[in-house]
Amino acid sequence: MSQETPIARKQYLTPFNVITGIILVIGFVLTVLRFTKGIGAVTNLDNNNPWGLWIGFDLLCGVALAAGGYMTSSACYIFGLKKYHSAVRPAILTAFLGYALVVFALHYDVGRPWRLPYPIFWSQGTSSLLFEVGLCVFLYLTVLFIEWTPAAFEWLGYKKIRGIVVRLTLMLTIFGVVLSTLHQSSLGALFMIAPSKLHPLWYSGYLHVYFFISSMFAGLSMVIFESTLAHRWLHHKMDDTHLAESDGVVLGFGRAASFIMMGYVGIKIIGLAVDNNWHYLATGWGMWFLVELVGFVLLPAILFSMGAREKNLTFIRVAAVWAVLGIVLNRLNVSLIAFNWHLPAADRYVPSIMEVGTTIFIVTLGVVVYRFIALKMPILHEHPDYKQAH
Amino acid sequence: MDISRRKFLGCMAAAALGTTTGATGLAHAASGKEFTGYPDSFGVLHDSTRCIGCRKCEQACNEVNNLEKPDKPFDDLSVLDDRRRTDESAYTVVNKFDGNVFAKIQCNHCQEPACASACFVKALYKDKTGAVVYDESLCVGCRYCMVACPFNIPAFTYFDPLTPKITKCTMCLPLIQEGRLPGCVDICPKEALTFGRRADLIKMARQRMAKNPGQYVDHIYGEHEMGGTAWLYLSGIPFADIGMREDLGTTSAPELTAGPLAAVPIVVGLWPVFLTGIWAINKRKEKIAEQEQAAAVQAATEQAAQEKTKALEALQQKLAKEKETAIAAEVKKALEEAEEKAQQAADPDETTTDTDPAADTPPDDSGKQEE
Repeated sequence: MSQETPIARKQYLTPFNVITGIILVIGFVLTVLRFTKGIGAVTNLDNNNPWGLWIGFDLLCGVALAAGGYMTSSACYIFGLKKYHSAVRPAILTAFLGYALVVFALHYDVGRPWRLPYPIFWSQGTSSLLFEVGLCVFLYLTVLFIEWTPAAFEWLGYKKIRGIVVRLTLMLTIFGVVLSTLHQSSLGALFMIAPSKLHPLWYSGYLHVYFFISSMFAGLSMVIFESTLAHRWLHHKMDDTHLAESDGVVLGFGRAASFIMMGYVGIKIIGLAVDNNWHYLATGWGMWFLVELVGFVLLPAILFSMGAREKNLTFIRVAAVWAVLGIVLNRLNVSLIAFNWHLPAADRYVPSIMEVGTTIFIVTLGVVVYRFIALKMPILHEHPDYKQAH
Repeated sequence: MDISRRKFLGCMAAAALGTTTGATGLAHAASGKEFTGYPDSFGVLHDSTRCIGCRKCEQACNEVNNLEKPDKPFDDLSVLDDRRRTDESAYTVVNKFDGNVFAKIQCNHCQEPACASACFVKALYKDKTGAVVYDESLCVGCRYCMVACPFNIPAFTYFDPLTPKITKCTMCLPLIQEGRLPGCVDICPKEALTFGRRADLIKMARQRMAKNPGQYVDHIYGEHEMGGTAWLYLSGIPFADIGMREDLGTTSAPELTAGPLAAVPIVVGLWPVFLTGIWAINKRKEKIAEQEQAAAVQAATEQAAQEKTKALEALQQKLAKEKETAIAAEVKKALEEAEEKAQQAADPDETTTDTDPAADTPPDDSGKQEE
C-alpha cells in the first residue's frame, strides 16, 4: 500500500485484489440467484433440515468469534487491565463488523429479510429464545457501532461529539457485556427446545452456559488470531504503543484463554455426569465428541498454557487458530452435525457449493471492509491529536 | 476494611453466577403452574387399526386447502411404497408400515406448541379451539418453528424467492368455525378419524381399548407427549413401528427453554451491579495506589529534607568546633609568641627561664583583638 510503483494502475492488480474481486463477483451472482429463484435454488436446505451453513457458520460461529469485542473492552475498562488498551479498538472493530456481517448473512437465510425488524418493533414473541437473540444482537450492534464511532470521528475531525461518546465508554462496555452474556448463551439455548433432534452428548440443560463460556475463549483466541494477521499485513499502520503492548496482549489473552478452556472442559464433563451420558462415549458419536472436546479444546488449552508459561508467542498464536477451529467445530456439531443425528443418511444435510460460496463471499466482504477501515482510520494506532485522550 | 469489602463483592458475584446457571430449577419451582390446554378445546382421535391407506384424507385436505395437485392421482396407492412427510403441497400424509399398517401424519396441534413457543414474531399461536394457527402476515421466514417441532411437521416454500411461508395443517379452523368437520375427518370412510372435544376423545380411546382387549397397545399417543397434543393416536403395534417417536418425553417445549429465559432478567438486573462493582473496586484500588504513591513520595522527600538539615547542622557544628580549636591554637600560639617576646625583652641574655609570666597577663583579650 505504502510503496510507490512507477505505474499507479498496477497497484490495483495485487493478488489480494484479484481474488477478492472474483469472490465478490461470484457473491453478487449468488445474491441475485437467492432473491430471484429462492432459498431452495441455492441451498441444500429442506423441510427436515431448515437450518444449514448460513445459520451454523455465519450466525453461530460469526457471533461466537466476534466475542473479542466484549472480552477486550471489559478487560480494559471494567477489570482495569489498561495494558490491553491498544487491543480494544481493533477488537471492537472486528466485533462490529462480525455482527454486521451476521445480520447481513441473515438477509440471505430468512425468507423475508425486510421483516427482520418485526420481532423488535412489530410483534414481539417474547417466549422465543430467538427473540432474545434478535433483540440482543440488534442492541449490541448499536452499542458496538457507538463504541467504534470515536475512531471515525477522529478520522473526520469531529472533536466535540467524539468527546461525548468517549465519556459513555464505561456504560457502553457494561451494556455490551450484559447483552453478550444474554445472546451468546441464548444461541445455545435455541437448541434446548429440540431434545429429540440433538444428540444427547451435545444436548444439555447447560447448553446456554456452554455457549457463553466458550464464547469467552473464542473471543480471546480470535483477538490473538487477528493480531497475527494484522501484524503480517498491516504492520506499517501500528504505532509504537500498539507494537509495544501487542506481545503482552497475546501472552495475557493466551493465559486467560487456557484458564477458561480448562474450566470449560470441566463443566462439559460435569454435563456428561449430570445426564449420565458416559455410555455414549463408547459409540462413534462419542469418539466425535472426544475429538471436539479433547482434540479441539483440551489440547489447544494445554498449548496456550505452555506458551504462556514459556513466553512462547508462536505456541499461543498456533493455539489460537486451533481453538478457533474448535469453536467452529462445536457450533457446527450442535447446529448441523449432531443435529438430526437420528435421520437416515439420505435425509441428512450437506451444504451446497453455492451455500459455501455465499459464506466465503460474506467473510471476504468482512476482510475487505476491515482492511479499508484499518488503513484509513486510527484503529491500530492512536490519532496524533488524541494521544493520551482516551 | 478494603479487603473485606472486596471479598464480600466476590462472594456476591459467585452467588449471582450460581443463581443464573441454576435458574432452571428456580423457574420451575416458582411457576408451579401447569397449562393443560384450553377447556373444551377440540382434537382428533386417529385409530390406526382402522386405517386402510386409501389416501382419501390426503385428497380432501388437498381440496379444502386449495393445494397444488400432485403428479400421481390420490387413488394411486403406489406412492405409499415410499416413506413421505408433510410439505407445501401436502399438509397430511399417510404412510404404510410393515404388516399393512397405515398411519396418518399432520400437525398434532400441541397443547403447548413448540413452534408457537419458538416463534419470535408470534406468527404461530394456539387457538382456543385447539388449532395451532399460522399467521403469514407476521412470518419472517426464520424456520425456527421447523427446528423446534418434535414431529417435523411445518414445511417451507423454499422456492418462493420473496414471499416464502410456512405451511402446515390448520385443523381446518375455518370449517370448524362454521360448525363443520375438518376435511380429512369428514371424508374418512372407515371412521379411523374422530373429531371431538379432546377430553371426550381420551375417554373414547380408553373405552375402545377396554372393549377390545389385546387389539391396542396400552397407550394413547399424544395424551402426554411433549405436554400433550390435540391429535391423539391408537395403534395395534408399538408406535415406534408406525414411525412415531416414543422418546419425546412429557415435558412441553416452553418448559425446556424456561430456564435460560428465566436467566435473562436476572442477568439484566445483576450484571450491571457486579460489573460496576468490579470497575469501582479497580478504580478505588488505583486511587489508593495513587494516594499511597503520593504519600510515599512525600515521606521520602520529607525524610531527605530532614536528613539534609541534619547533615547541614552536623557540618555547621563541625565547622564551629574546628574554628574553636583553630582559635584556641592561634591564641596559644600568640601567647607563646608574646611570652617569648616578653622574655626576650626582659632578659635578652637569659634564654632559658622556668618562670611563666602568662599567668599574670590576660591572654583572652589579646586573642580577641587579634581576631
